[in-house]
Amino acid sequence: MAIVEALPLDPQSFRPDFPILASSIHGDKPLIYLDNAATTQRPRAVIDTLVSMYEYHYANVHRGIHWLSDQSTDRFEGAREKVRQFINAPRSHEIIFTTGTTMAINLVARSWGDANVKSGDEILLTEMEHHSNIVPWQQLAERTGCKVKFIPITDDGRLSLDEVKGLLTERTKMVAFGAVSNVLGTENPIKEIIQQAHAVGALVLVDAAQSVPHTQTNVQTLGADFLAFSGHKMLGPSGVGVLYGRENLLDAMPPFLGGGSMIRRVKLEGFEPAELPAKFEAGTPPIVSAIGLGAAIDYLNDVGLDRIAAHEKVLAARAHEVMQSVEGLRFLGPTPDKKTGIVSFVLNRPHAHDVAQLLDREGIAVRAGHHCAMPLHKRLGITASSRASFYFYNMLEEVDRLGEQVNNITQLFRRRK
Amino acid sequence: MPFNDEEEIYQEHILDHYEDPYHNGRCEHPTHAHEDDNPLCGDVVHVELQIDGDNKVRDAWFDGDGCVISQASASMLMEAIEGKTVDEVKQFNAEKMLEMFRAKLTPNRQKCCLLSWRVVQQAVHSPIDGDEAKAGPTFSGPGLGEES
Repeated sequence: MAIVEALPLDPQSFRPDFPILASSIHGDKPLIYLDNAATTQRPRAVIDTLVSMYEYHYANVHRGIHWLSDQSTDRFEGAREKVRQFINAPRSHEIIFTTGTTMAINLVARSWGDANVKSGDEILLTEMEHHSNIVPWQQLAERTGCKVKFIPITDDGRLSLDEVKGLLTERTKMVAFGAVSNVLGTENPIKEIIQQAHAVGALVLVDAAQSVPHTQTNVQTLGADFLAFSGHKMLGPSGVGVLYGRENLLDAMPPFLGGGSMIRRVKLEGFEPAELPAKFEAGTPPIVSAIGLGAAIDYLNDVGLDRIAAHEKVLAARAHEVMQSVEGLRFLGPTPDKKTGIVSFVLNRPHAHDVAQLLDREGIAVRAGHHCAMPLHKRLGITASSRASFYFYNMLEEVDRLGEQVNNITQLFRRRK
Repeated sequence: MPFNDEEEIYQEHILDHYEDPYHNGRCEHPTHAHEDDNPLCGDVVHVELQIDGDNKVRDAWFDGDGCVISQASASMLMEAIEGKTVDEVKQFNAEKMLEMFRAKLTPNRQKCCLLSWRVVQQAVHSPIDGDEAKAGPTFSGPGLGEES
């Protein structure tokens, strides 16, 4: 077994920043948190930012002519600027705060979709999408009569660029896909797909929920038209997410939700929408959550995204190493060199929910089920899988413990046969 | 192990039912049948019953695929309903099902345990070659809604 000598980063130097990682569960089992693709934990810096916001700086934004409202507004807009820099968007009003990736994709499917897609047009997705990047487009198809098509995946869970080319036509209006699969961990060829889509005049939405937290994102180099991600998967609070959209596209789109903030003027006869980004931020936004996301971005910048990505690859490779000899275990997705820190697997027996429950009693938190990707599981010929997903605070020892316990579970069920 | 007997899902009698289930297969002379699944986890249970002229369950078989809880509980349920009248089966509510399973389950895993119970409650209304299943049974007890 190849032992990794030096890690790209030392998780021990960050773990004390995360209060929850020091806890034990079920009595004396140290918590081994391997469910980071579902949501990550928060460092003290983010938690303190939230507390101090509520204690000293909180009021509604863009409204009050009073000191406290200015305090709140400055911090909220400061967070927007941090997000802009983080993904290298050209303009901060191209950053729309949403409640998460799901709302961001729904915003595009509703606002851009209803205005631009008609019967006979095509939306191109992939077989490995999360439900949140399938259902909004199926709903668009129900409203408009457009057709939703899927790029097939290879048996080892990758996209073939030749297939993409074959499915793109002049009827394709939008290509929407995940930068990284939330089940397979596959890193998709974002730039190449965007180039092919643009060549036939289609727009591209990148579901970056599983990539932005783990690796450098540059919307300008990628050429993305829209890009969506969530705060809670990158050390931030839940309830806030981001839609990046190119200015000319957002400008041309009708508002999504109607209400306060998104208007310039309202008369009994009708309304005039506000400028970007307010146009797409109806109602009181997730003020404190967005500011917390700003603090999370500061923290991630300090750790360094390149180091984070490299560390997670080492952990994924280790997981493959320690589990490949487990009897009846099948990994989903590509080899570790082609994926991020997401390692999904199935056992002959027992079922994934039993695996998760048995791991839980050893203190190990993994996800079990279809991970909001039922079509993908059907394609793979399974109904459920177990998923371990890593972040920079996870240690090699934790991965080893996972391997050991998965092996124990298979032994438990083998003995009884 | 920090789990007491009541909390232990993987206790002997449950694993015994899982490994060596009661009446796992097809019923020889089925009069009623139904099948359902839990989309959340993909557990599937198919139940075939032979209900005689006295409205008694003479024979009960299940077939399925899924987690330990869904399959073991189906096995226990087949054993429990044989010889019971249809009325008695209908009175066997979700709460009693969970009680029979013994191990304490979290709400998410109660759904696994109640899958076969749900299928049986529907099966007694689903004669083979007869009218298609009528409206499903109504029951109180834990919610059976699925998360996505």
